[in-house]
Amino acid sequence: MSAGHRLGAWRGILPLLALLLCMCLTSGAWAQALQPVPAPSSHLVDTTNTLAAAEREALEQKLTAFETETGTQIGILVVPTTAPEDIFSYSNRAANLWKLGRKDVGDGLLLVVAKDDHQLRIEVAKTLEGAIPDLMAKRIIDQAITPAFKQGNFSGGLNAGVDQLMALVRGEALPAPAHATDAGGNGGFQWTDLLIFLFFATAIGGGIARALFGNRLGSLLTGAGTGVAAWLATNSLLLAGLACVAGGVFTLLGAFGRSSSTGGGGWSGSSGGWSSSGGSSGGGGFSSGGGGNFGGGGASGGW
Amino acid sequence: MVNSIVRIALASVLAGLVSMLTGCGYNDFQRLDEQTKSAWSEVLNQYQRRADLVPNIVATVKGEAAFEQDTLTKVIEARAKATSIQVTPETLNDPAAFAKFQAAQGELSSTLSRLMVVSEQYPSLKANQGFSDLRVQLEGTENRITVARNRYIQTVQEYNVLARSFPNNLTAMVFSYTTKPNFTVANEAAISAPPTVDFNKK
Repeated sequence: MSAGHRLGAWRGILPLLALLLCMCLTSGAWAQALQPVPAPSSHLVDTTNTLAAAEREALEQKLTAFETETGTQIGILVVPTTAPEDIFSYSNRAANLWKLGRKDVGDGLLLVVAKDDHQLRIEVAKTLEGAIPDLMAKRIIDQAITPAFKQGNFSGGLNAGVDQLMALVRGEALPAPAHATDAGGNGGFQWTDLLIFLFFATAIGGGIARALFGNRLGSLLTGAGTGVAAWLATNSLLLAGLACVAGGVFTLLGAFGRSSSTGGGGWSGSSGGWSSSGGSSGGGGFSSGGGGNFGGGGASGGW
Repeated sequence: MVNSIVRIALASVLAGLVSMLTGCGYNDFQRLDEQTKSAWSEVLNQYQRRADLVPNIVATVKGEAAFEQDTLTKVIEARAKATSIQVTPETLNDPAAFAKFQAAQGELSSTLSRLMVVSEQYPSLKANQGFSDLRVQLEGTENRITVARNRYIQTVQEYNVLARSFPNNLTAMVFSYTTKPNFTVANEAAISAPPTVDFNKK
């Protein structure tokens, strides 16, 4: 083992070490930069353990009941401090991370309490900015929440605030929650979607194939393509065979129906076949609705 | 037979062209261009909301006898200046016009915050319900401006990264797409200088 060899080995390791150091430094800097937002495990997340177990349970039940009744998600986040950020920046970040509210409606609310900072904020999603304007949020904070907080009654303050928020949301004509309607077709396969998709795909694809390869070969190819698509989608050879024959016959019929010119302007609309009904909420536990676009609405206050 | 071979060749060339366009990020440029435009509209929307709010604030403050006139006139002037600037979608592609717009809005921001600080010294104004409502509305509007600006910054960043990274920068060159201007801090030098604190001054 000569010195040159050892040096060579070190040279190989040095960049790696430098890279490692870099990674450590950057991750450290990030960790220091901003307060992390806790994951939304339930409607009410209390990292300070301010509320007693029974109080937390009651509040959580109230929020869950409200969600099943109206569909609107109200979240409560109690943290010790929002340190480098002000209450608004932190709340807005948290609300947009939690994505409270139904996906297609976007009706979410987040109440953030920074206990040691003596600051709180109601963050209102854009959909609810009409129901809860900044002024109303401010009034709820000033008149319902902070008087109780000043006496150290956190549970009472939160309950009073949430009650008023709920009353305001009830006054707004939001779409009714969709429970139990999507129980059947949720995990299953959307047959109608497949049929519609195949209909358009064979019509367009068949037309092109016919123009390129002639009537017979084009129809054959379209049939084969349809069969493969059906097989991939359903995993059933029988259905694939049926689809294959149907696709071929359909294209051939089209060939007899008119001359080889393909109808113009048929390109759009064939996509978007598989509808995924988003956000299956229900059945115990809390899951974010995935909606809520929080654009800075709401109000802050202190006690 | 020859006819069909020619047809196949033609079709494949067409398909190749289409895939080249999408591969070079042409569609991404269109998508992100629209996204920056809508993010920009939201910024303008919120600035307009603030500009609409200012006359109400001014009217309320004017009712206060012996309010510091200098602060008030500065707010009025800054608003007039900010609203007089014509903003078009082309502003986005013109860094000079963008900077001018930003400077005007920044001036309105600073005069407004000055007004709010000064108003603290007037107890009757602080007790005025109408004025405190306007304060809340102004605060909410400033927050919305912050969010809208943040979103604009993010979409512009996305667009600019696309315009400058490798295969796409050729597309950008061909169609002469340039990077878009982003928000900067208006008074960078003033912020980086440490504040002077003098406790002796009253």
